[in-house]
Amino acid sequence: MKRRSFVQASLALSSFGALGSMVGCASTGNIPSKARVVVIGGGYGGATTAKYVRMLSNYQIDVVLIEPESAFVSCPISNLVIGGSKTMADITTPYDKLSGKHGVQMVRDYVSGVDASQKTVTLASGPRIRYDKLVMSPGIDLMFNSIDGLKQANTSGQILQAWKAGPETANLRKQLEAMPDGGVYAISIPEAPYRCPPGPYERASQVAHYFKQHKPKSKVLILDANQDVTSKGPLFKKFWADNYKGVLEYMPQHKVTAVDAKAGVLKFDVQNDVKASVLNVLPDMRAGSIAVQSGLANVNARWCGVHYQTFESTQAKDIHVIGDSIMLAPLMPKSGHMANSHGKVTAAAIVAQLSDLPVNPEPFLSNTCYSFVNDKLVVHVASVHQYDAKDKTYKTVPGSGGVSTAPNELEGIYAWNWAQNIWADTLL
Amino acid sequence: MVHSSTSFARFACALTLGLGATSSALAQQIAETLHQRVTAAMCANCHGTEGRTIEGSAIPSLVGMPKDYMLLQLKAFKDGSRPATVMHQITKGLTDAQVNTIANYYANTKR
Repeated sequence: MKRRSFVQASLALSSFGALGSMVGCASTGNIPSKARVVVIGGGYGGATTAKYVRMLSNYQIDVVLIEPESAFVSCPISNLVIGGSKTMADITTPYDKLSGKHGVQMVRDYVSGVDASQKTVTLASGPRIRYDKLVMSPGIDLMFNSIDGLKQANTSGQILQAWKAGPETANLRKQLEAMPDGGVYAISIPEAPYRCPPGPYERASQVAHYFKQHKPKSKVLILDANQDVTSKGPLFKKFWADNYKGVLEYMPQHKVTAVDAKAGVLKFDVQNDVKASVLNVLPDMRAGSIAVQSGLANVNARWCGVHYQTFESTQAKDIHVIGDSIMLAPLMPKSGHMANSHGKVTAAAIVAQLSDLPVNPEPFLSNTCYSFVNDKLVVHVASVHQYDAKDKTYKTVPGSGGVSTAPNELEGIYAWNWAQNIWADTLL
Repeated sequence: MVHSSTSFARFACALTLGLGATSSALAQQIAETLHQRVTAAMCANCHGTEGRTIEGSAIPSLVGMPKDYMLLQLKAFKDGSRPATVMHQITKGLTDAQVNTIANYYANTKR
């Protein structure tokens, strides 16, 4: 029996309101060869894809998720850990439900290579895994070498990024706690595009809130390589002027070229050096290293081009790339919410393709992104991206989407609930 | 999650073999169901998988919500008659067909 008709038949069963194990088929001599989807990366994109391929195939397609960590640590809300109003435990969710509840096979490892012609993935520990469809969701690679001295300063733990939530998130919090009152925290922002456009401004706001409460003589400096605040600009700038005057200073057009960790100095292409007690340097970003290494980053050697209807790579057949690694369509942000949306569209496309069914002709993506400007008040940006079959890209509908009118507490409640619900939708 | 039952498996096999040449009409119907599920899943980021939010969520669950009620609310968000934090912005990005699919899906999903 062909695998495709097998999967299709399995989907047909759902219309009878039942889920089925096909073990009984063995007795008829028609052992179906099961389709296998391999997912690289257990973030918002990869974990969602893994769960939804299982769900949308009525648990008939095998899914292997390769992820080196034992638990998911969320980037969204991680700035509140740095600000001190949330803990690492609050933003950490174990992966066990993906296997226990959804039957995703978890492989705790890195991928050392992908063979697109043989359709295999090689694990760092040696074994090879065959796939029918490969989904790459490796997030971002931080280009430490784009700034002189940063690689070494980061490896030694002196200058942190904390842009991939994890141990550096907790360590940056420790650096701020250890900093004497009267010190300076400086965060540098690379030129767009980078992961989470409003993230650096939210983080600066969190640190400013912490300083205002506990270290009133201390200062926050934002050194932005961009011309202006790249997301929710008027909302952030008004809140800073009203609440963090004398605490937080915003400096656009400051592109970091070098760091001196020992002296606590940032060097720029044009402007004068800046000295600070805690340096938080975000270098340029590109697609996660396994995507780059596999030759999928075919846009400026940084981002992965995809066919937006299915998120299949423009470089390799049967490899789908999602999340922060992709070359974005206009107005699409690199966010966790978007990666979750990519994951669902991709999961449905893969289930359709493996079942020999037509792919959804009009997929769409939703995005909501909340930023905390202190421990309670929040501003959001929301958007909907409809697939345009003619231009083969996503477009926002004129008049849709938008931002908050002002920071408000109600959205603070929604933001925390958003986080808990999207973690559950992605992982549980 | 693995469900297994001998009689069910036999039934599944019979159906599977019978579908060796799936009729295109049935295939179209199966595809339609798949597309509807993923359309509805675009709400799940905030409103929970299959419309079920986590315990104690201020964001409402959608599962089992009556279709006519949900259509009215989505329309009210879209025309601005029901104030909202984000839903007035999201609904303006959805087509009428998508709104209908979403309302239909959650109304027909069991709590």
